[in-house]
Amino acid sequence: MTLPAEVQVGRTDGWLPTTESGLPACYGEPRFGGASLFGRKTCRAGVANPQLTPLTAHPDVTDDRDSEAWLAALRADGPERDRAIARLHALLLRAARFEVARRRGSPHLREADLDDLAVQSADDALVAVLAKLDDFRGDSRFTTWAYKFALLEAAVKLRRRAWHGRELPTAPEHWPESAAGSAAAAADDAAQRELLATIRDAIAEELTSRQREVLVAVALNDVPIDVLAERMETTRGALYKTLHDARRKLRRALGGELP
Amino acid sequence: MTDDLLTRLLGPADPELGCEACFDELDRYVEVELAGDDADAAVPGMRPHLSGCPACAEEHESLRDLVAGQT
Repeated sequence: MTLPAEVQVGRTDGWLPTTESGLPACYGEPRFGGASLFGRKTCRAGVANPQLTPLTAHPDVTDDRDSEAWLAALRADGPERDRAIARLHALLLRAARFEVARRRGSPHLREADLDDLAVQSADDALVAVLAKLDDFRGDSRFTTWAYKFALLEAAVKLRRRAWHGRELPTAPEHWPESAAGSAAAAADDAAQRELLATIRDAIAEELTSRQREVLVAVALNDVPIDVLAERMETTRGALYKTLHDARRKLRRALGGELP
Repeated sequence: MTDDLLTRLLGPADPELGCEACFDELDRYVEVELAGDDADAAVPGMRPHLSGCPACAEEHESLRDLVAGQT
């Protein structure tokens, strides 16, 4: 696997690596959002929980909390698998609607679109869950594991829908007056004013233009990181790495001034 | 206001997971959390990441609340 230059880092500098190479094995590969969720190498290939494989009987799922029954039914053939898939889809749809309900009322989302969006999210999550069934390690209930795929799909779609057609504030002029500048002016503590001024200088002088864009958009203007990743044609993981590196540079620049 | 701005600009001081590892561990983290056990010890680096990544923090809150409502 060749990682983009921006995610090729060592195991120091504030990351908690999960592999010998210093990065999660899957780091930087497309994962978040629609079809890009699929076909990636698992981080934990071959670390299946022996308690979960394989079962001799394939009972239908009668209790959503029974992870082994879920796996057995989804790996079965014929009508049993069909019933399990239908039940799984219903479960994922419940999760997607839960996420949609949390954001209902957002000024940038049309009520009429929301249930279609939940169904699309459940559909995409179902494909993701079935494709990744062998990745399930049994560290949680199967349902909790499956829910996160539906919540992710729904959250990403909702964020993208909310920002559809809107300009993303990434340019440097979006930061000083709108955020750090006004905060510095409002800060009645001289040390904080000085700190914010130092940050402002460090943003201008220490960061690359890309780091500055990401920091301005995500940290100062609340642009969702997956929306920015889509516009910049990269992945959420790679973009967070850019943000992380920018923040580390700022911390280094501040040195002893940090509170 | 200023503290919040500093947090958003500077991110977490402690070592953190990336978004991919966060997603991988999120279900386990939430269940440990809901069981009342020490989720931050179970998944080191998760809490700092959630404080630095608003999108992952939203997904964590959603999963926690969804599962909490069904147990």
